[in-house]
Amino acid sequence: MTFPPGRAPEPYGQGGSANLADILERVLDKGLVIAGDIRINLLDIELLTIKLRLIVASVDKAKEMGIDWWETDPMLSSKARREELNRENAELRARLAAIEEGRPESEALLEGRGRTRAEPSLEQGERRRRREELEEQMEQQEQEEET
Amino acid sequence: MTGLRYVYAVCRPFGAALQSQLTGVAGAPPKLLSHHGLIAVLSEVPERDFAEGPLKAHLEDLDWLTDTARAHQGVIDALTAVTTPLPLRLGTVFRDDSGVRVMMETREEAFGRTLDRLEGRVEWGVKVYLDTEAAETARPPEKAASGRDYLRQRRMRNRSHEDMWEKAETFARRLHETLSGRAEDFRLHAPQNPTLSGFAGRNVLNAAYLVPRGKSEEFVEAVDRTKDDVPGLRVELTGPWAAYSFTGEMGETQRAEGPEEENA
Repeated sequence: MTFPPGRAPEPYGQGGSANLADILERVLDKGLVIAGDIRINLLDIELLTIKLRLIVASVDKAKEMGIDWWETDPMLSSKARREELNRENAELRARLAAIEEGRPESEALLEGRGRTRAEPSLEQGERRRRREELEEQMEQQEQEEET
Repeated sequence: MTGLRYVYAVCRPFGAALQSQLTGVAGAPPKLLSHHGLIAVLSEVPERDFAEGPLKAHLEDLDWLTDTARAHQGVIDALTAVTTPLPLRLGTVFRDDSGVRVMMETREEAFGRTLDRLEGRVEWGVKVYLDTEAAETARPPEKAASGRDYLRQRRMRNRSHEDMWEKAETFARRLHETLSGRAEDFRLHAPQNPTLSGFAGRNVLNAAYLVPRGKSEEFVEAVDRTKDDVPGLRVELTGPWAAYSFTGEMGETQRAEGPEEENA
C-alpha cells in the first residue's frame, strides 16, 4: 500500500525554520540504530546520546557552553533556593535587630546600601509584637528550608 | 573517486522521484540501493570526514553536527513526501555498497516488520510551554511595606507558581489523553532546554504521536482546538516527521512494562 505524494498535510514548523533542538533530538537521539562498518561504537553513540540529552534537556554540557539559566532559578535549583532563603533570613535578621535596638527597620534594611531614612520609631508594645511575628516567620522559613 | 556510504533510511520501493536538487550530508545527491525488495537511501561521503577518527571528532563539533543533522533531516523529509521511510540515526556509515547489502540482508525481517507497522504513518511532535515570564509580569510585585507583607507576598508568589504548574500539568495530561486517543502510538520525550530551542517558556510536555496520514488532518485540528484554552500555556505542533520516534520494535505499552526502562 503506497500513498500518493502530496497527501501529507501541510508541514508545521518544519523545513528551514525547524527548531534545531527538534531536529537534533530526532536525528541524533531517535531513529534506528544500526552498527555500520565505520564504528562509532555503541559506547560512543551512547555518549553522544547522553551529550545530546544534556544539550537538549540541560545540565553539565550546557554549563560548559555557558548556558546556566537554571542555576539561579529557585524553581529548578536547590542551591539557588537555599541562597534565596539565606538572603531572606539575613534581611529578616536585620529587621529583627533593628526592632530590638529600637531603630526603624527600614533603616536597618537600607544600611547595607549606605543610605538611611528617617521613620518614626515604633511603640514599645508594637515592637515586641512585630519581633515575635518575625521570629515566628523565620522559624517557619527555616523549617521550610529543611524540608 | 570512491567514498564511504552514508545511509539515511531504509524503505520499500517507491515510484515517485526525489527532488532533483536534493543533496545529502556531504553535498552529494542521495542514491537508492535496491536489495531484496528493500531500498537503502544513501549518499557517498568522503573518508576524510566520515572515517572512524574524523567522524568521532566531528561529532564533538556542534556546528558540524548541526549542518549534518539538517542535511540528514532534509533527505528524510524528502523521502517522507513520497514514501514511508524507516529513518536511521545520524552517522550510519558503510565502506561500500556491498557492506550496505549485507546489513540489509541481515536485518531484512526486522526491516519488513517495522516498515509494515509504520506504512502510511507520520509522526507529529507536540510540545506544551508554560510561559513563566508572561505570568510573572502580568502581576508586578508590590513593594513590601513590612516583613510580614514581604513574606505574605513571597508565599503568594510561590503559591501562584505552584498553581501555574498544576494548571500546566493538568492541561498537558488532558491534551496528551486526547491526542493519544487519536494516535496509534506515542512517545513522551524529555523536555527541551529553552536556550537551545530558542522558545521562551518552560517545556512541560514533549511528545511524539504516530498518526496515519489519512487521520493527520483531524489530529492537527484537535491540537489547534486546544491552542488558546489556557492563558500562559502555549501548544506547539511540528511535523509531519518521518516516524523517528517509532523505529524501535516495541510499542509504548510493552516498553513501559519492560524491565529495561530507558534512563540516561
